[in-house]
Amino acid sequence: MDALLTEVFIGSLIFGAVTAGVPLLLAGLGEQVSEKSGVLNIGLEGMMLIGAYAGFTAAYLSDSFLLGFLAGGFAGLATAALMALLCVILGMNQIVVGIAITLGAEGLTALLHHFQFSRSYPRLSKVETWPIPGLSDLPYVGSALFDRNVLIYFAILLTVAMVWVFRRTHFGLNLQAAGDKPAALDATGVNVKATRSAAVLITGFLGGLGGAYMSTVGGGLFLPFMTGGAGFIAIVLAMLARGHPLWVLVGALLFGASLSMATALQVAGVNIPTDVVQMLPFAMVILVLVLFARHSQLPPALGIPYHRGER
Amino acid sequence: MTDSSQPRWAPEALHRVLRVLLPILLALGAGAVLLVILGKDPLAYYGYVLKRGLYSPSGFEASITRMAPLLLIAAGLIVAFRAGLWNLGVDGQFLLAAVFVSALTPALLPFMPAIAAIVLAFLVAVAVGAAWSLIPAFLKARHGINEIISTLMMSFLGVSFANVLIKIPFNDPSTTVPQTATLPVDDRLARLGDSTVHWGVVLAVIMVVAVHYLMERTSLGLKLQIVGTNPRTAIHCGLDVKRLTFVAFAISAGLAGLAGAVDVLGVHGTIRADWNPAYGIVVIPLVFLARFNGFAVIAFVFFFAVLMIGGESAARRLGVPSFFVLVLVALLMLFFAVIEFLDHARRNRAGS
Amino acid sequence: MRSSSVNPDSHDVAIALNGITKRFPGVVANDRISLTFRRGEVHALLGENGAGKSTLIAIMSGMQRPDSGQIQVAGRSVRITSPSAALRLGIGTVYQHVLLVPSLTVLENLMLGAPWWRPCNRTATLKRFEELSALLSTNVAPDSLVGRLSLGQQQQVEIMRALWHGELVLILDEPTSMLTPQGVAELGVVVRRLRDHGVAVVFITHKLKEAYDLADRVSVLRLGRVVGELGPEDLRAKSELEAIDAVVAMMFGREEEPEDLKTTLLGGARERDGLSVAERSGEPALSMRGCHSHGDPGECPLAGVDLDVWPGEILGIAGVDGNGQKHFAEALAGQRRLSAGSILLGGEAVERTDVIQRRARGVRYITDERLGEGTAARHSVATNLILKEIGKSAFWRHGLTQWRQINEHGRKMIAEHDIRAPSERTTIEKLSGGNIQKVLLAREWAPDASLVIFNKPTYGLDLQTTKRARDWIKSGAGAPGAVIIVISNELDELIEVCHRIAVIDRGRIAGVVDAGDGATSEIGRLMTGAEAA
Repeated sequence: MDALLTEVFIGSLIFGAVTAGVPLLLAGLGEQVSEKSGVLNIGLEGMMLIGAYAGFTAAYLSDSFLLGFLAGGFAGLATAALMALLCVILGMNQIVVGIAITLGAEGLTALLHHFQFSRSYPRLSKVETWPIPGLSDLPYVGSALFDRNVLIYFAILLTVAMVWVFRRTHFGLNLQAAGDKPAALDATGVNVKATRSAAVLITGFLGGLGGAYMSTVGGGLFLPFMTGGAGFIAIVLAMLARGHPLWVLVGALLFGASLSMATALQVAGVNIPTDVVQMLPFAMVILVLVLFARHSQLPPALGIPYHRGER
Repeated sequence: MTDSSQPRWAPEALHRVLRVLLPILLALGAGAVLLVILGKDPLAYYGYVLKRGLYSPSGFEASITRMAPLLLIAAGLIVAFRAGLWNLGVDGQFLLAAVFVSALTPALLPFMPAIAAIVLAFLVAVAVGAAWSLIPAFLKARHGINEIISTLMMSFLGVSFANVLIKIPFNDPSTTVPQTATLPVDDRLARLGDSTVHWGVVLAVIMVVAVHYLMERTSLGLKLQIVGTNPRTAIHCGLDVKRLTFVAFAISAGLAGLAGAVDVLGVHGTIRADWNPAYGIVVIPLVFLARFNGFAVIAFVFFFAVLMIGGESAARRLGVPSFFVLVLVALLMLFFAVIEFLDHARRNRAGS
Repeated sequence: MRSSSVNPDSHDVAIALNGITKRFPGVVANDRISLTFRRGEVHALLGENGAGKSTLIAIMSGMQRPDSGQIQVAGRSVRITSPSAALRLGIGTVYQHVLLVPSLTVLENLMLGAPWWRPCNRTATLKRFEELSALLSTNVAPDSLVGRLSLGQQQQVEIMRALWHGELVLILDEPTSMLTPQGVAELGVVVRRLRDHGVAVVFITHKLKEAYDLADRVSVLRLGRVVGELGPEDLRAKSELEAIDAVVAMMFGREEEPEDLKTTLLGGARERDGLSVAERSGEPALSMRGCHSHGDPGECPLAGVDLDVWPGEILGIAGVDGNGQKHFAEALAGQRRLSAGSILLGGEAVERTDVIQRRARGVRYITDERLGEGTAARHSVATNLILKEIGKSAFWRHGLTQWRQINEHGRKMIAEHDIRAPSERTTIEKLSGGNIQKVLLAREWAPDASLVIFNKPTYGLDLQTTKRARDWIKSGAGAPGAVIIVISNELDELIEVCHRIAVIDRGRIAGVVDAGDGATSEIGRLMTGAEAA
């Protein structure tokens, strides 16, 4: 078992945890914004997939990761705009629309990819990294944590920024009020629908960014249905984090670690079937739900469209 | 029994027809636009779909056969949705039951007559499907955890688990591709007359009608409806909401499991690794479009089966992948929501 | 008695409404309303449910836009286009139901409404908070979560928020309905302080006595119109009774009309005849001992309820909302399991039985949430009438629903109980609150009932229906010998209909008082947590 404790094993485990965890973190933070404001965004999976496709295509055509990220984020935002229009502004059923968006995104990206690349799956060039001087040479964690793509640093900084936004800005207060008691927010003259729409758009942008990360930094290629339920796991993370961004970070890294376990074990010479590995994150979600069910807490107005004058 | 009699029945009936037809027409229209963008001729595509799914005898029979699993899943969803439960895990329930049945039935045949093996396989399928809904039902009943997420997670888990089963314990070593043991064609579900349609379709139609009457004409159905309308009302009236939640989940997931059994025993005879038709997710919009009415569900499922079978042919022949059908389903659902919203607004203006 | 002519030049006019009209489909909610609210004056608006008070407030606070008419604020013509526009004009509203965010602190709630891109400015907020605390002479901790405050304190926070951007107009919508008698008295002090500070206070109520006690000027609305006004001189010149007579006459149009409705309106009926003092020597019919329950966050569970009620007795449960009333009712009805304690009904322990078993023992529960839990909104009136009989033999045979019998039964009940519904197949959500209440009463009516629980039986009902409901309870709810429990936060109502009144405070029975003279002050003392004398 010595192999399990080597620098290579630990390094690849942490590397993989971050690689697999960052899209969950970005999407989970995004979903948290929606949930806080009272919108259950089931379309997150679709927004990630759209982001993954747009991000990959842009990065592939422009040869720039940064453009890929931006394209992914804004494609997710555009998808979210549809959700905001239908669910927040018009007050349609969030679940029906969310499922439709996810299904549509699955079909559409697979279709577009088919027509663009037929059956070939081109890859992107190697990921640009951004070593942090001094830290990137540390043993065990150096290259896994501090010699990474800029989007990873952004995700970590975003987590901290979210803590501040939620607690110390009017936007944060508005989000909380929109999810807890929208009528109270309305009475102070803040537009509930605008607040919630903004929240949904942020979710879309961050979800799209997470998807773009998966297809560019994560895999370097786009595959149909490649998000494989990551969006739904992110929704669970947001539900269990009870409104605290730091818990999304912790959860995302734990899930990332479980996803990367197989690679790390293979590096260490242990072989387990990939299907068992694929079960891991979902088995973990179920386990977490069973164990911590009582701790999940959602805003009272979650899922309920707001119309002035209704109680 | 929720319909209220309207005095202006003629325009009302027209609206009812429009409410159903408009989403379909809009979805097909938007799909046509997408095809044009992708450089395909939409008329040729839809024409080919109709020809291969409806007009050609073999296509028509394939469409009817395809209705069997879709109808059984729809029957289960009617129960779940009317009880206010979003069972989005039907794909996992379907696939796991199918895998168990495909492994079990060939093994049973040496010991009992085929009919007994099939009945036993059906029972196992129902049990496996229902068992896969236990955790979401428990989480919902005990802790009020949103079943959308838990059923989806169980579905992903179930699909992966089914693959593990196919590749390891249930693998047929005589084949090169990982798959379960193959059921001989003669032992599969009997055909109707000279056609390729098996009698699972009849069973499925019976189940949809049975579920319809269960919901409309029995005390259990009314109880489930009350839970679906407002769980707090149900508690107030002394209904055992937790038990009813388990019951609704079990019926819904059990029928999804039965769908798996019928599809394996009627059509495929074996399951290969990584096979996942994902019927469940496409049946959802149909059930909504039919407004949970069993008879309307049968009509919509027929329409959709034609689309599926035709679409699969078109994928091979016209180079439009079957993902396009997924887009059509999503469009159907979106336009359903939009039309529902507009209709609601219209009635609010007319009423009060 | 038309309203006095508007005088917009006068410097003490805060808001002048001129010809305000607002139509909703099928109803004119406000019909050419002209009213003037002056600085330094408490102006009460009186009227029945549906008289148009709520619409008028909604217009003044920017939640609704009038179809026609002008509004002048401090002499300038304005259009109040949104709640924030109203706040900027110095018009603040405190609604009947608390509109604060429970999961935010007091200061955070007060900060709400600023442009979203700004970071929170705690220092400035705290400064204004302290100014207003001094003006209102309140001491709420600025960093406590609003969800943890008492309703009285929450109301103080709401008054602060209403005055936050200027101290011109304060609109109070039924501000006393959630308060203890002491809380009402404290609110009176605050209101007078604000009036002396120069605020125009608009006070909406349906309680005549309160209006007389607090207001300098009273305007009466009926069917969307202003039907009369009593100025300060009129009020000073009249005794309480004369003033009330005058107002009642305006509210109903004809002087001679509603002698008994007036009693309902005034509450605390002077003669309580028709009630006989129940025999309380024998065994109690209902006996609760050490009853505890578990509550979800935000609910008040039972924390050791002990109570005895004798056959034929009408017992009131008074208390500030959110002190365990809901759990108390649900525990008796069998909807909620006790975590500890016992309930004896007719000498038999019933605490382990469920709703259906208790119903079989004659327990009936008329819930306060008529649409929220009492009925299945999208189902027909007929279905709702048998909602607690699902699967019973009269309407189900071999598990099959007999819709014909159910609809027949529905038609019969609609006729017997004077339910105004187009048909027994109409969905219940289309009925008015009063008619939904009639459906519930019809469903729960049983001559052989042993225990009938009414939770806020007249909440949100118009006067006629209120009176009918109270008379029904006073007469014993059609179930002679049954124990009747009436839960209400309208003290006057309890004093009118009950023999004794128990006060519930933080999940316990703080004391039981005879519903006679002097009950109000004793109940008030118990409601604020003082021990029973």
